[in-house]
Order: sequence, then C-alpha cells, then structure tokens
Amino acid sequence: MTEQEVIELIDSSLAEEFELDRADMVPEANIYEDLGLDSLDTVDMVIVLEGAFNFKIREEEAIRAIRTLADIHRFVLEKVAEHG
Amino acid sequence: MSLESVVVTGIGIISPLGHGFEPLIRALLAGESGVREIPELENVGGLRSRLAAPVTGIDPKQIPRKIRRSMSQMSVYAYLASQQALTMADYPTDQLSSGRTGVVVGSTLGSTETSEKFFADYFRDYSLERMKSGLFFQLMGHSCAANIAQSLGITGRVMAPSAACATSCQAIGYAYEQIAFGRQDAILCGGADEFHPLTAATFDMMNAASIRYNQQPEEAPRPFDLNRDGIVCGEGSGILLLEKKSLAEARGAEVLAEVIGFATTSDTSSIATPDVEAMLKCMQLALEDAGISATELDYINAHATGTLQGDVAEAEAICRLAGDQVPVSSLKGHLGHTMAASGSIELSASIGMMHCGELVATRNLQQVDGRCGGLFHLQKNLKIQPKIILKNNFAMGGINSTVIIRSTTHD
Repeated sequence: MTEQEVIELIDSSLAEEFELDRADMVPEANIYEDLGLDSLDTVDMVIVLEGAFNFKIREEEAIRAIRTLADIHRFVLEKVAEHG
Repeated sequence: MSLESVVVTGIGIISPLGHGFEPLIRALLAGESGVREIPELENVGGLRSRLAAPVTGIDPKQIPRKIRRSMSQMSVYAYLASQQALTMADYPTDQLSSGRTGVVVGSTLGSTETSEKFFADYFRDYSLERMKSGLFFQLMGHSCAANIAQSLGITGRVMAPSAACATSCQAIGYAYEQIAFGRQDAILCGGADEFHPLTAATFDMMNAASIRYNQQPEEAPRPFDLNRDGIVCGEGSGILLLEKKSLAEARGAEVLAEVIGFATTSDTSSIATPDVEAMLKCMQLALEDAGISATELDYINAHATGTLQGDVAEAEAICRLAGDQVPVSSLKGHLGHTMAASGSIELSASIGMMHCGELVATRNLQQVDGRCGGLFHLQKNLKIQPKIILKNNFAMGGINSTVIIRSTTHD
C-alpha cells in the first residue's frame, strides 16, 4: 500500500465507525476536541484499525500518546512499514 | 395504599401501529393490524411461525452517535418513547437531574440480536479481540433503563424490572408505589422489546405461537376466538411519565389519568401454565389497593394473547371477578404481543379510550370460544366514557400483574 492508500484506509475506516464528516478530518484535528471521540471510542478505534490493517496494536504504548489524526497516520504508517 | 396520588402526564409510543400516542389510538380505533408476514423467518430451521408485528419507520441515526452506541434496537425504541412522554408532559428539563425523577423500564432480555451478532463472530475463533465497547451496554439486563437515564440526564432511581410479558405492567406499578410513598416525584416507566426469531421460537416450541395464519397475517392473533392458535410476537416501547399529582397540578400539567391500584403476584402452580385462581387473586388485590369493587369497573383491558390456555384462564378469572357486566377486550389482535412493552402500550391505549370515549373491540374475535364465554366481549367498538379501567398482564414464570387507572377528565 502507498502512504496515501494507508491514510485513506485509516480515514475512511474511522469516518465510517465514528460517523465523522470527512471535511473535519484534517491531519491536525485533535481526535478528542475536534472530532469528539472519547475513551470508549479509543477502545473501538484500536479494534477498527486492527481489523483494517490486520495487525495487533492494543498493547502498544505509543497509542496512549495519540492526540491528532496525524498522530494516527504516523503510528499506523510505522506499523505497516514494520510488518512490510 | 396511596399516600400521594399519582397521575399520568406523558405518554410515548413506538409500536407496530405507529409512533406516538395519537397515531396509536387512531389506528386502534380504526381496527388496523400491525401483523405482517416476515419471509426471513423461513430461514430459521424448525420455526413454524412466519408472523410478527414489527416496528417500521425508525431511523436510529436520528439519535446522536454517542448516545446511540450503547443502544440496541429496544433501547432506541425506549429512548424515543421517553422523549415523546417528556415532551407531551412538558416536563421541566431541570427536574430530570434533581434526583427526584427516576426511570423504571424493563425488557424481557438484553438484546438478543446483539447477542447473536457477538457470538456469531466469537465462535469463528473464540477471540474477544473484535469485541467493541458498546457490546455490554446493549446486553445488560438494565440496558433500556440505563440508556434512558444516561441520555436524558436523569439522576434519580433507575430500576429495570424484568418479568417477560408482565414487565411494563410491573414497571408502572412499581413507579406508582415509589411516587405514592414519596421516594420520587416523577418516574418514566414502561417497557421495551425488539423482535427476534428466538422470541417467536420460544412460543412456537411450546405450541403457543400462531402458525395457521402465515398466509393471512392480519387474521392472527385471535384473542378469545374459537379459531385462535397462538401468539404473534411484536416489538416496540411504551413509556409513561407518572408524577405526584400535587406537583403535576402545581406546574399546570395536563393530567391524562390517575393510577389508583396495582398488584403483582407469583403463581407457583406452574412456570408456564396460568392458573385461574392466581389471576383472580391478582385482580382482587389490585381492586383492594384501589379501594374499589369490581362493579365500579367500566372496562377491562385483558392480557389475552390468543393462546389456547391463557385466554381461557383469563376469561374465567375475569368472569368470576366481574361477570358479564364489564366490557372486555384485548389489543393483541391489532398489535401482536409486544412482550415487555405490551403492558405500557396497552395501558396507554386504554387511556386513549378514556379520552376518545370509545372502547376498542378485540380484533379477529369473530366467534367467541365457549370456554372464553360469560364475559361482555367487545366484538365492535363501543362508544362509552369509561371512568375506571383495569389492565392485566400475565407472564411466563408465573408472574401476574394488574394496574387500575381512573379518568380525571370526566369527574
């Protein structure tokens, strides 16, 4: 997958799960303050991303530092690169 | 028993015959049926029933996602009905978080559909890694009550009585008692259920579901009729707002009816087969609670689901209570059996009859079964102004319940 394809899959998966307006999904958007997610949503976000990319990320410490959509993009791109 | 008088000031309805109090009453007075053939039921092995009374025309997405994510279909129904009841009552929003407003709403089970979807996925590899955060909140036994309280910001007592078909009759009774006892000022009460093939199967395996009218859906069920052959399962929610009468009057609320009596008893003769004596006793206790005699009743809204045994037992119990002097009908022929919602939807309909001055006849009651005889069966709508109405609900598990209401608009 290209970087753009990974980002598109992330954004489309999150948009569907959390019924987000794609226009609001700019990279600098804070997932809590701007996109309105909460702690329950972050549990589901992990499951959605695990399902979309077929990897396991639940135990990753880095997830807890995620604040923006760009953080998610970076995190997932790194995991995808690790898994080849 | 009443220490404080308790009144109904709001009603919310999500039903197979429309959404809202007035649409429901209009459909019932017109004799409409909410029963449909559900072709997908053919795919369920061993299930002979093909009928249900489904709720249609509800878009759950009208509810904000964060409220909706913990809701199965039954909670969606219960939440929308609760909103309707509060709006009708013009209930002050600031009272919801006063601690003096509560919720007593139950269902037969947590969501069976949610349960099925979860286990279908779980059994693929016995992994819980795909389990989302909303699952438990849809499965828990107090899902409807908790979702109503959470979404509307209600901070008083939250209870979720679960007694199958008697659930919402009990919920109304328990709410009445708590307000009468001064523990709460107002309570949203009632029940909700969602249709699932397992519900129909539960009755079908006990030979209590209608199976002869699969090609003529509107001819089933047939309460008290000679040719009845069982229950048709429905779904929906009925929610009533009960308030302490003095407070309701002080805020200028329109009072729809007064709750004056309640009883619920356990019939230990059988977990499945109703007993006449136990039914009679329950109705007598409710009359005692209301401080009235059977001769003062103007109408009895029967539980009568269209089963062979249940209808006979209830008819005999009513006959022994009130003879042939009090008009009796069941609304299952219109609505199917909306399970945990049946008590609150049908009591709401009974309040509608008070306001319209017309009693709704039993749909599909063409030839009264001799074993259900001796009653004043309503085979046609009857234009009278009922003042006092007795409502029954009897449930699997040997649970009996009766609520009595009185009109306040025709003193």
